[in-house]
Amino acid sequence: MANTVIDVHEISRTFGTKRALDRVTFRATEGKVYGLVGANGAGKTTLLKHLLGLLRAQSGSVRVFDRDPVRDPVGVLSRVGYLSEERELPEWMRVDELMQYTQAYHPTWDAAYARELLDTFALDPSKKIKELSKGMRAQAGLVAAVAHRPELLILDEPSSGLDAVVRRDILDAIVRTVADDGRTVIFSSHLLDEVERMSDHVTMMHEGRVTLNGELDDVRRRYRRSRVRFVEAFDRAPVLESALAMEGGGRMWSVVHSGPSEEFRLSVLTHGGEIVESRDATLEEIFLARAGRSRQPVEAA
Amino acid sequence: MDISINLADGVPIYKQIVNQVRYLAASGALAPGEELPPIRTLALQLKVTPNTIVRAYDELEAAGVIHKRRGSGSFVSDVRHSPLADTERQRIIEQRVDSLLAEAHHLNFTADDVLRVIRDRRAVMERRSTAMTEK
Repeated sequence: MANTVIDVHEISRTFGTKRALDRVTFRATEGKVYGLVGANGAGKTTLLKHLLGLLRAQSGSVRVFDRDPVRDPVGVLSRVGYLSEERELPEWMRVDELMQYTQAYHPTWDAAYARELLDTFALDPSKKIKELSKGMRAQAGLVAAVAHRPELLILDEPSSGLDAVVRRDILDAIVRTVADDGRTVIFSSHLLDEVERMSDHVTMMHEGRVTLNGELDDVRRRYRRSRVRFVEAFDRAPVLESALAMEGGGRMWSVVHSGPSEEFRLSVLTHGGEIVESRDATLEEIFLARAGRSRQPVEAA
Repeated sequence: MDISINLADGVPIYKQIVNQVRYLAASGALAPGEELPPIRTLALQLKVTPNTIVRAYDELEAAGVIHKRRGSGSFVSDVRHSPLADTERQRIIEQRVDSLLAEAHHLNFTADDVLRVIRDRRAVMERRSTAMTEK
């Protein structure tokens, strides 16, 4: 049985009148990659900040390595690597000073690994942070986040606004963290194909709540995407049993629906249609269907 | 190793890897005794979580397509002439036929229509190759 790394139980958090987290429960075990998805403002960053002890839970409990990150920040943060979307780095420092500064907090700092990464990224150690491009800042932040070989790597929208080369560097860091003696990664991203490739486990948030949570392959198996052909043409999507979202028009419609498929098949049949093709839905299709963002949402589903 | 991942076809990634390695081994493109890339290398190449590769290799080992050697890597077993290769050949052709039938259905062809087209096309190809040899 793998060790529990993160154990968040029923935490809630409000900012003013806005409910940022609403009874969120989340667990992570050693050696896996956890993908966190949701629209902007869904609560992903707020959840991650609770893991880092940057926010205190108003109700519920947060345990990381079986410690409270607010009461024992050193005990938690020394074992954690963190990269945020804003990449809040001290502007006035040089790259090598940032490395020394970060190293001071982390007894497990691997100087050779840090050098290797700086070389790979072709980062000039004598450059000031404020002189770096957006991509180079992300790379510098990444080295600072992983060079102490953290047991838990937390990445908040690490790929946001970056080009393909730096995005690959970040994905490589995730792979290395997990492949080398089974450490744990949790990352949030709006790039669903990235999450689908990199995650063992996916958590979907919407308006402060966890709306979907499970092993990626299990989550995907729960949803199907089918193409349906009807005898008669429909101007508006017909209301089908267990359908979450429909796109198309006339006689051909593409439907994202939940299982069991038999219920769906019968419903299609009673509308004078047949399923032409059916497969597991992709994470993107599930996400859009669940977020009700598909062009033709089915209200009564 | 020449493997590509397609997120749009709805097949779990580990399964796509399993299917493609099976195919490469059955077709001889992966020779018996050849070593598969280490988990980390393939994960980096395909940009997938290493656990997906672990799962794919485990399934390939359980199916007898590869074998692991203690302290080293995973190696391709000789599956070219085993019953497994026949199952695999059958599976590959069935997949092709399934998608052909789905496409045909979409275009309002019956299965009999498809059979007729297959026979016609074979006749055309045979005529062509006879013409080639006569030249």
